[in-house]
Parts: sequence; structure tokens; C-alpha cells
Amino acid sequence: MSLITVTSPHATGQRNHTGAFMRQVIYATIPGVMVLTWLFGWGTLFNLMIAIPAALLAEAAVLKARGRDVRFALSDWSAVVTAVLLAISIPPTSPWWLIVIGIIAAIVVAKQLYGGLGMNPFNPAMVGYVVLLISFPLEMTRWIAPHEAPSWFDSFRMVLASANVDAFTGATPLDSFRTWAGNAEQLASQPILHGKFASEGWEWVNLAFMLGGIYLLARKIITWHIPVGMLAGMAVIALPFWLVDDVRYASPLFHLFSGAAMFGAFFIATDPVSAATSRYGRLIYGALIGVLVWVIRSHGGYPDAVAFAVLLMNLAAPTIDYYTQPRSYGHRKAKRGASR
Amino acid sequence: MNASIGKPRALFDFHGGIHPPQNKTLSNQQPIRPAPIPTQLVLPLNMHLGAPAKAIVQVGDMVLKGEKIAEAQGAVSLPVHAPTSGKIVAIGPRPIQHPSGLDAPCIILEPDGKDQWCELHPLPDWRTCCAPGALVARLREAGIAGMGGAGFPASIKLSPKPEHKIDQLIINAVECEPYITADDVLMRERAEQIIGGVEILRHILKPNEAIVGIEDNKPEAIEAMRRAATGTGIEIAVVPTKYPSGGEKQLIYMLTGKEVPSGGIPAQIGVVCHNTGTTLAIYRAIVHGEPLISRITTLTGKALREPGNLEVLIGTPVSSLLEATGADLSQIGRLVMGGPMMGFTLHSTAIPVVKTSNCILAATAQELPAPATEQPCIRCGSCADVCPADLLPQQLYWYAKNQDLERAQQYNLMDCIECGACAYVCPSHIPLVQYYRFAKGEVRNALQEQQKADRARVRFEARQQRLADEQAEKEARRKARLEGSKPAATAGVDVAALKAASLQASAAYKAAVKALKAAEAEGSDQLATLASEVEQLKAKADAAKAAVRDAGNAPATPVVDVAALKAASLAASAEYKAAVKALKEAEAAGEDVSALRVAADALKAKADAAKAAVRDAGPATQAAAPAVTASADTATPEKPDDSAERAQKMKALKTAFNMSHKQFKEASAALEHAQRDGSDNLDELRKKVERFKLKADKAREALNLLVDQAKADIRASGSDLKSLKIEAAQTEAAARQKSRELEAAKINGDDQRINVLTRELEALKREAEVAAGALKAAIDEQGLADA
Repeated sequence: MSLITVTSPHATGQRNHTGAFMRQVIYATIPGVMVLTWLFGWGTLFNLMIAIPAALLAEAAVLKARGRDVRFALSDWSAVVTAVLLAISIPPTSPWWLIVIGIIAAIVVAKQLYGGLGMNPFNPAMVGYVVLLISFPLEMTRWIAPHEAPSWFDSFRMVLASANVDAFTGATPLDSFRTWAGNAEQLASQPILHGKFASEGWEWVNLAFMLGGIYLLARKIITWHIPVGMLAGMAVIALPFWLVDDVRYASPLFHLFSGAAMFGAFFIATDPVSAATSRYGRLIYGALIGVLVWVIRSHGGYPDAVAFAVLLMNLAAPTIDYYTQPRSYGHRKAKRGASR
Repeated sequence: MNASIGKPRALFDFHGGIHPPQNKTLSNQQPIRPAPIPTQLVLPLNMHLGAPAKAIVQVGDMVLKGEKIAEAQGAVSLPVHAPTSGKIVAIGPRPIQHPSGLDAPCIILEPDGKDQWCELHPLPDWRTCCAPGALVARLREAGIAGMGGAGFPASIKLSPKPEHKIDQLIINAVECEPYITADDVLMRERAEQIIGGVEILRHILKPNEAIVGIEDNKPEAIEAMRRAATGTGIEIAVVPTKYPSGGEKQLIYMLTGKEVPSGGIPAQIGVVCHNTGTTLAIYRAIVHGEPLISRITTLTGKALREPGNLEVLIGTPVSSLLEATGADLSQIGRLVMGGPMMGFTLHSTAIPVVKTSNCILAATAQELPAPATEQPCIRCGSCADVCPADLLPQQLYWYAKNQDLERAQQYNLMDCIECGACAYVCPSHIPLVQYYRFAKGEVRNALQEQQKADRARVRFEARQQRLADEQAEKEARRKARLEGSKPAATAGVDVAALKAASLQASAAYKAAVKALKAAEAEGSDQLATLASEVEQLKAKADAAKAAVRDAGNAPATPVVDVAALKAASLAASAEYKAAVKALKEAEAAGEDVSALRVAADALKAKADAAKAAVRDAGPATQAAAPAVTASADTATPEKPDDSAERAQKMKALKTAFNMSHKQFKEASAALEHAQRDGSDNLDELRKKVERFKLKADKAREALNLLVDQAKADIRASGSDLKSLKIEAAQTEAAARQKSRELEAAKINGDDQRINVLTRELEALKREAEVAAGALKAAIDEQGLADA
């Protein structure tokens, strides 16, 4: 008989393991990755195959340097999740070294240098993405036109041998809209802007990631607050501008199903470490990301904006938390800020 | 389920909660069976919340079942009774269930096997025989403590303050923790007695409603209770199964929609809550007169061959119960008293069952595996989603870990009920509750330290006040002594009247001198008579002047009319001059001038004396004027009047000493001169020298005395200077702050506020001046002391 003294609670839940949480996130990306591969070829899968080992190696190296238990820390799968998210974010045509640089920025700088899992103030994948976007703007904006996917061999050459990819590339819907905004004729004649219900091709990418997000919600890996907040924020600010001037401004539906909208709402903004943590805080945090995405898409210098919007709101998350405490039991009203 | 009850109560759902595996069928399938009487019963003196009881038996005493063996000490305390008949074999420390693992004082009873009751006093007619107060007293004497949770004396909950009107009596029969079924089987088997207990509670508290809250996973118990409650008006409310719905605060919210205020008690919102087991014990204590000596305890866990619910004598060691339920000791991975969510692990099987022990969980290592290694918090928020108090456990964890107690309290740390739901769901296996317990302990410690410091400060201030009072009293006594030694305290003397008399006398004297001169000029024969008259008048005038001078110098006389003294002095010198002139004329006339010479000499002395009086009075009053105003204004905390008065006195004495010393020197010089010249008035000069020396010595002596006193005081009040400095700086800062506020108000143009602020600023400035003055005075005094 062992008479160890342990404090309560003695029972613990069944499903609870950080690694299990992380694996669920990876599973949820499968539909999105499948659609990306269907539309843009094998590039995404090659990116994933390079990114995951690179992330594990980078994480292990820093953990070792920091004197941590490498095996234990790697078992939380967080490095893999970061690698998957970054590999999905970058164009499928990117050369191999691009993703490696991005992974090093994400894992070493944005995550481990801040103290590892749980300590990073910024979303690591998005730090990696922004580093790449600013450093290699050409490579980072070179997307393949939908349904013109290169063969697996061409994809392989593009990724590993940096072969010429210009034959395959085309403007994304967001690029297109940026270019022709204000010109009704051109807007009407761009096939990429007119898919089944939103933008050509990308509508299916977004739908697939939304599906994955709903899976995460169903498994209670994430709560509805951030995705709903972000998508609603985006739609609500896009609607009046679109109603007033539908030549200058894209429709809410176009915004919701273009670029990284759904991927950002369900997979990026919901990173719990760098997001706001209270219920109301998450709603506000998500809504502000949505608004920022629309502002940067419509008026900024970049066609898409999820990474910038998320990083900016990461900065604001602690302040949002500070002012959005829930009303605890037995208190007449919620505490706000430093009130006593 | 039971149509006769009417429509079910509208329930409120609390935030969060979890659904851990129930594991209740392990123990609730068999009826309650009695536990065997062990070889020894260990009865802790503190089985309840509050002050421990005091043993009233000796080692070797024989006691009967139900006999009181320890009595309550203080308001929040309960007695202890012998659970069976037997012999007291020891009174001393034994291991008990306590997180610290420390032993606590216990009474050890060796049963004699007869199980013989002492005389009981049942009250089957409690409805009619006794006032509620008497019943409550009876419950206290029966040692009834809350049997579900912390063991709070039931009698205290049953005596709510008059301002707390009780609307709802709630019986907590939820039993939401996994494994535990003691209340479940109790309700199945003894529902009538429980309802009887509720009736007694209703009789005592007179609530509008009496509600029994039962979780919907106990259908048999609900059925039994509904049957027993039929026709009583007691409501059986079924609440959905969700941990921790049996938490007092959560149950109250579920049934009434009311929340117990943070840091408050249920009575504040008109609710009293009792546990099922307690209600049964209350019934037995009133109707059968039995004190609380046994309880139903669930023995469960997969390491037991025959789990179930046992009626256990309080004080039965856990080892005896494990034996009775066929425990496989080698299989026990963790031994818990209480449930798997909030129970405590036991460090010894010798630990006895107490009034609050609802469950002994002998779990195998598979049932309750060893805790997994803690991983970093990823702020997933699962904990916040399940927190029944609607806290942010992820933030509390962060602050508790960083010992940021202030921020932790800001996030309502103290409202945590330690239910363990957060730790249950945490994917990173963080023992969150442990962090909160630690932080709560730290907060309580800090609070205690603060209270201690506050008490110390009050003590210190009281001591300072006492010392100051003593000093003031001493000073007052000394003053009284000084004044008492001065005959005919001059306070009552009318200086003005004296002055008038003096002037009158001198006028008369002048007139007489004039007459004398006229007579001399006429060569009158009445010269002698006139001369003697002049002598008399002169003496009179002198006496009057001396009186005036005495009155003026008297310390108790606040204001000396220096002008009057000056006038008197001038008059005296004029007289003297006139007398000298007359003397010269007479000499020139070749007459006998000896009488005139005497008169002139006397007048000279008088003029001198008057001058001296003016000199004495002048500086004294000059010194007194500012000193008096200073002492009136000074608001320094430490005996302001004393120090100011002393400073004033010291100044006056210094001046007096300097003056008399100078006079003494002058007189000595004059004496020397006269000796060299062979003058004939040497004696008089010598006397003068003597007098001035005496005066100077006296002044010096008084001054020294005062300086010594000042030194002693400064030594006694060590921090005097420092505190004065702080005070000065504080008042100055306050004044500056106020002037800034005034500036702001001026910008805003709020006239009323400007007026108020201006007045406040003036007052603060005055205060600052006074403080600065006091500081300067103190520094001067210190300098004096150092010199």
C-alpha cells in the first residue's frame, strides 16, 4: 500500500493531454490541405514534408541548448502544429529554403527565445510568415492559378531546385481585386473573381478550412468566440462599404471566402497562447482582427492581411484580458481593469 | 416523477462544471451495515471548525456511551462524546486527517464491549415543549457539526443574526462527488428521520420554504424522500448531475437564483443550508437525545473486496474499516478521505473517522494514477470554461506562480472554492488547485502580518501617548511647585493699579521736594519737618515702584507694560536730576545740605532701579511675544506647548543672565575705579557688585537647569527631529499638491472649488510653516544640547 500525499483533485479527465489537443488541430487541417493540393498541386505537401522535420530539429536544438528535456517537450506536438500552419500559409511554389528560414524564425525566435510553449507573446507561425513576406516578397506572393496545378515532378523541381515557376503563376483573387478595384468592367471580366459563390478556387479552400474549424469546435479544441468574432467583424465592416460602392469595395462574402480568411479565423487567430483568454476578450480580439484584415486588404499595401492583423492583436491581447474579466460568482459586477 | 408535488421548481444553471465518471454503483448496491467496534477509538478534540474542545475526563475514567468527554470552549466550538462505553486509556497527540500531517490532541477510548448508553433526554414532543433557542442549545450540547463539508457547528448556522430573515432552508442532498454514496443510501433507508430533521429545522428557523436538493442520479433516494415528505410542504428538488452542484454556493444558486456575496455567508441572502447527514443527526439529537457519535461513511474503491456504506462510530481508525471491507492493502494506490475531487490523502491508516468523514476511498493505482508531469500552460481556457465560480483559472495560475498576490486577488482568487474542476480538465496536467491553495495561504498570511503590524502600531501609539501624558503631568507638577514657592502669586495683582499708585506717590514726593526747595530758598525753619516728609514720600514712592517692578517681572504676568516702566524710569531720573540741582543750589547758598544729599542719593538709586526694571521687562516681553504666538500656533504632535514655553523661558533667562552679568562687570569696574580714587562710597558700590553677582548667578543657574531639561527631553524623545522633519516635508508636499489642484481648478474655472481649495491651501501653508518652525526650533534645541 502506498500512502503518498497528493493534493486534490485526485481524479483527472480522460482526454486531457496537450499533445492530443495539438494533434486534433493537425487532423483538422486535412480537408484544407487536400483542397490546396487539388487546386495548386503537390507543392503544399512538399512544404509540409520539409517544414515538419525542420521544426522538430530546430525545436530540439534550442531545447538542448536551454537544458530542457527534449523528448518531453517535443511530445506536446506544438512544433509540428507551427510547422503545418506555416507550410499551409506559404505559396506551394516556394523553394525549400524559404520554409526553412520561416521555421527558424517561428520556432527559434518567436517561440523558444521567449521561453518556449506557453510563453510566446506572438503567434510563431505568423511571425515566420511575416519575416518571409517582408524579406522575400516575390517568392511569397507567387501563387499558382487555380486548377492549373503543375505535375508532381514540376512541383518537386520548384521546391527543391528552385525551377522557373512563372509558367504556372497567376494572380490570386485578392490581388486581382486590388488591381482592378474601381474599374467595373475589368472586375466583371476577371474569371478568378467569379467562382460558384465567391472567388474562383479559393472559395473551396476557405470552405475546407471552415469544415476543419467546425470539427475543432465540435471537439471543443477551440471555442466559437474568436472565429465568430473575426468573421463577423470582417463581414460587418465590409457590408456598408460594399453597399455604398460595390466597385471600390469587395462584398462580405468575397472577403470571407478569399485568401486566408477561414484558415485565419479557425487556425491562426485561435492560437490560445497568444490570444485573449476570457470569453468577452476573445470576442473582442476576434472582431478586431476581422476589422483589421478588412482595413489592410482594402487600404493597405498587401493583398492579404491575416498575419499582420493577428500579430497586431497579439500585442493588444493582455490589455483586452485586463478589461474583460467575467463577473465571478458572488460579485455584483465584473471587475474592470484595476478597479477594486 | 411525482405528480403530487406539482410542477417542478425552475432551476438556475451555474457556469461551468464537469461530468467525471460517477463510480457510485460500487458502493450503493448494498444496505447500510454497522462497522465493528474497534479495539481503540481515537477521538480528536477538534473534529469541527473552530476552537478545540477541552477534555473533561482523566486517563483511567470509565465512560458510558453518549457521555460527554470534552466540552466546548468558546462560541465556535463543540463538545465530544464517547461513541461507546469503555475506559479512557490515553489523552495525547495522535495522527489525524490534516493536510499538514501533524498529530493533534485526541482522547483514546478503549471500548468495554458492553456498548452501554448513558441516561438520555429525548424530546419527542419538541414542537410543544421547547423554544427554538432551547433546541439550538440542545444541538450544540449534542456536538452536531456539519457532516458534509468543513464541520461548521450546526448551532451557529441555526442562530442567524436578527437582521438576516431566513427565506429558504436548503437541505444539501446533492452528493455530487464521484464514489460517495453515504447520503444516497441514508435517504433510501432513513428518509422519514431526515424529513423529521427538516421539520425540526423548520421549527427553529421558520423559513418560507424548505427545499431538499437531490441530484437526478439518485432515483431511489428521490422516491423515498418524496414519499416521506408527502403532506409536509417540504419540497424535493431534483437537480441535474453536474459536479460541483453540491457546492453550497452552487446549490443555492441553482435552487434560488441568489448568489452568496463574495466573502459573505448564505444567511445574508436569507438562506441556511444543511447537509443530509447533519439533518438526520439533528433529528436523533432532539427526538432520541443522542449526541453525534456515529455517522454513515462510504468505503469504496477497487482495492476493497466488499465496498459499501458503514455506520461507523466516530473515532474508528481507518485500518479497522479497511479490514472490515476486505481491503487488499497491496492494491491500494492512493488512500483518500473524502471524494476524489476534494478529499485529502491519508498518510497513516491509524487516522480516525471524524464527524466530517463521508468517504474512505481506497483506490488502486489504475483508478487514480499518479499525477502526470506538469506541462506549460497554453492558456487554452478549458479551466475557465468549467470554473463554477466563473474565474479565469489560467490567469490565477499565472499570478499565483509568480506570487503576484495583488493581481491574483484582483482576479478574485479568494472566491475559488477549490472544487478541482479546472485541474480535472487541464490538458497540461497542472495541479491548479494546489497553486491556488498556496496563493490563498500567502494572502491570508499577508493579511495576518498586516493585522499584526496594525496592532503593533496601535500599541506603540498608545505607549507614546502614555509617555507624553506622564511627561505633561510631571511638567504640570513641577510648575505648580515653582509657583507654590513664590509667595503671593502675583497673578492676581493689578499692575495698572500699582502703577497708578506709584505715579501718585512719586508726584507727591515731587511736590514735597519742591516745597522743601522753596523753604530752603526762603530759609524757613521748617526745613527738618519738610525733609522728613520728603523722606517718607520717597520711601512710599520706592515701595510702589518696587511693587510695579515685581509685578512686571512676575513670570505669570503675561504682558508687562514696558512703556509705563519707561515713563516711571524717566520720571525717577528727572527727579534725581532735580534733586541734584537743588542740592547744588543749596550748597551754593552755603546751607546744610546733608539731608538733601541723602534724598538725592536715594532718588538716584530709585532712578537706577527703574531703569533696571525697564531693561528687565523689555527683552523679556520682546522674547515672550513671538514665543507666545509660536506656541499658540504650533501643531506639532509632541508637547508643543512645553517646548515652546521652554524656548521662550530659555531666551528670557539668557537675556537676564547677560544683562546682570554686564551690570556686575560694570559695577565691579566702578568699584575698582572708586577704590583707586579713594572714594568714600565704597561700601555701597561693593553691595551693588554683590547684588548683581547674585542676580547673574541665579540667572545662570536657572538657565543651566533648563538646558539640562531640554537635553533630557531630546534624549527621551529620540526620533523627535526625524518625525518633525517628516512632518515638515509631508505638510509641505501636501501644500504643493493642493496648490497644483488649485491651479487645475483655476484652469477649469470652478469658483466654488477655487474658494474651497484656496482656504485649504492657506490652512496647509500655515501648517507647513508651523511644522517648519517646530523643526527649526528642535534643531536649535538639539544644537544647544550638543553644545
